[in-house]
Amino acid sequence: MTTTEIQTRERLTPGPASSSVLWEYAPSLESTDHVKLASRYNLFIGGKFVEPHSKKWFESINPATEERLAEVAEADAHDVDRAVSEARRAYEKVWRKIAPSERAKYIYRIARLIQEKARALAVVETLDGGKPIKESRDVDVPLAAAHFFYYAGWADKLEYAFPNRTVSPVGVAGQIIPWNFPLLMAAWKIAPALAAGNTVVLKPAETTSVTAMLLAEIIQEADLPPGVVNIITGAGATGAALVSHDDVDKIAFTGSTDVGKRIQRTLAGTKKKLTLELGGKAPNIVFEDAPLDQAVEGIINGIYFNQGHVCCAGSRLFVQESVAEAVIRKLRERVQTLRVGNPLDKNTDVGAINSKAQLEKIRELVESGVDEGAEIFQSSCALPQRGFWFAPTFFTGVSASYRIAQEEIFGPVLSVLTFRTPEEAIEKANNTPYGLSAGVWTEKGSRILNMVSKLRAGVIWANTYNKFDPTSPFGGYKESGFGREGGLHGLAPYVVLS
Amino acid sequence: MSPRLSVRKTYKLYINGEFPRTESGRFYAVTGKGGELLANACRGSRKDLRNAVVAARKAFGGWAGKTAYNRGQILYRIAEVCEARAAELVEELRRQGAPAAEARREVESVIDRWVYYAGWSDKYTQMFGSVNPVAGPYYNFTVPEPTGVIGVIAPEQPSLLGLVSRIAPALVGGNTVVAVTSEKQPLAAVTMGEVFETSDVPAGVINLLSGIKSELVPWMAAHMDVNAIDTTGVPSEAIATVQKTAAENVKRVVHFDAAAIGWDDHRRSQGPYAILDFQESKTVWHPIGM
Repeated sequence: MTTTEIQTRERLTPGPASSSVLWEYAPSLESTDHVKLASRYNLFIGGKFVEPHSKKWFESINPATEERLAEVAEADAHDVDRAVSEARRAYEKVWRKIAPSERAKYIYRIARLIQEKARALAVVETLDGGKPIKESRDVDVPLAAAHFFYYAGWADKLEYAFPNRTVSPVGVAGQIIPWNFPLLMAAWKIAPALAAGNTVVLKPAETTSVTAMLLAEIIQEADLPPGVVNIITGAGATGAALVSHDDVDKIAFTGSTDVGKRIQRTLAGTKKKLTLELGGKAPNIVFEDAPLDQAVEGIINGIYFNQGHVCCAGSRLFVQESVAEAVIRKLRERVQTLRVGNPLDKNTDVGAINSKAQLEKIRELVESGVDEGAEIFQSSCALPQRGFWFAPTFFTGVSASYRIAQEEIFGPVLSVLTFRTPEEAIEKANNTPYGLSAGVWTEKGSRILNMVSKLRAGVIWANTYNKFDPTSPFGGYKESGFGREGGLHGLAPYVVLS
Repeated sequence: MSPRLSVRKTYKLYINGEFPRTESGRFYAVTGKGGELLANACRGSRKDLRNAVVAARKAFGGWAGKTAYNRGQILYRIAEVCEARAAELVEELRRQGAPAAEARREVESVIDRWVYYAGWSDKYTQMFGSVNPVAGPYYNFTVPEPTGVIGVIAPEQPSLLGLVSRIAPALVGGNTVVAVTSEKQPLAAVTMGEVFETSDVPAGVINLLSGIKSELVPWMAAHMDVNAIDTTGVPSEAIATVQKTAAENVKRVVHFDAAAIGWDDHRRSQGPYAILDFQESKTVWHPIGM
């Protein structure tokens, strides 16, 4: 296997350059010389890396440089079939039969190997997806390891999770994940499935497949029985083939609401179990008594974390009228100090947009905001010449009917709206078909609990935002999907009770 | 002296705490075993269904916001009123073709099922809620909350126990319900509406529609303000279409496998997991600090 060393330093404008930033930092680039990537990744089926039946590979690029990172195999229906039949064989012959405590130990091994390789995984996640290294290093990779570690412990304790019922695995799980948290989403999907005794066929998103293939190497290194986890790469057609495969017992999907609905329709009339974690347009509500500096940090983290490529991003800010001016002023100043640029720089706050297509979608929606009459504010930061970039942006003067107040932008773009009373905030916040998450900022405890009970959303952050943990169930109300990932609740989609 | 002429009952819909005839003015004949006419039932329309959903949505906040204790008492009250009207319900089931002993057993099961679920009202949240030990300075907990407006398609048989077994877990969990009754045997189900009306169930919390399932079910499946649909009483050949339509607003689709489990197995035909089918999980984070 040939390897290419990654040389990114020369290719990027060093550091998050911006004349308006108060403090100039010297570039502080995470080194990449310890990371060796293959020039081409094949499919991981039955415990082996195999060439795709299609004999086709596609490029995975670094969105910060538009340069090729590696080639990834394109799985066709034949490959999907191979992967599913390996998963079925492993389920019937091995995984459902081994002692649950042994299952646990395999999963613990995966967690440990992720920790051992954490630094390399973080670098590759950043190279492949464009997210700042401090996020992949401090959030994505440690949480991925923690997720495996958490669910490993459930494997031999399932009877305590579902009192008065007999717990059995579902069988073969087909899992389709998005490009915003590639390794972490793989962990969210694979860990509970394995713990409950299922086998897996996982399809990562086509723009971010590389860390999933590194996870495949880890799984191989952990000596997981062949076929228990299969990872096949490809685009929408590969996912569709997996969803409609007759021998898959369960589909778990994280992605857009449109595709989620399509999957729900496809599964109509089958016995397949389904969980969907879909889009959002979360309200982040700031009351006049909130500690405003902390709230502004929460607003920034809520919308600019991971370039806003977050389904639970706080993309609709509701500020109480009496403090709206102050909050918007602080927001303007803070947005201006965000360091946008080379994702490998440890000081970078906002990295590259994941793909050209996503950049175009963001631009289109931002244009609609301007056309509909909202007032735009954008950081004046310098953006690198190559790659896909979008300056942190927010809109004021937004009416609830504007597209930027209704549609998921999935980029670093915030819509600011105002309210007078708590009742009005609840009314406006809930006025969306989505219901994934929400934020509340106030010093008043009883108000927090009132808001928490009236907001129709699956995750609510009070005086904080965008926190995640393997023990904490995550998932949506309404058109943001159904089923939970994380915690005891995250086991339910992967078991049959009798 | 001529013998006293009995007063017959008009079987109507139950929407928003009232008993309207269908706005469509249509009826269909409900017949007994021998084909004799039992009643002219309302053939509920799309407009009736929409009205019922509006009523259920309006009632949702208030019902979900009641204390668990209060909801439990109201469900228990339903059992009390059912017990008092048991003879009428048994008679209706009998006229619809059930042997007397079977009809009596069904009504007894119905009453007991209300009592059973009444008792869950202030307990299931402790079973399905959790405090989550996150790795950081945050207090983090998860609570179950009602899904919203639930469309229930009641099975053809057992016409009363089937309906009650599916709506009771939805109700005790704080949801509001629009139910389509057994098409061929709607009488006892419609009378349940009178039980609800006299049991302190707030208007709109339960709504009952009689009519032709092949008409009503597709509208229920497509309604954008119905959050979940229980397909237990949907004819098997129509289930795939209902599931497909339900995707339009990502409805939760719940199905009780009566053929495999039956209605009388008390371990498997009732239980807190049936409540959970109509619940969402809400997770809340708050920092711990000074």
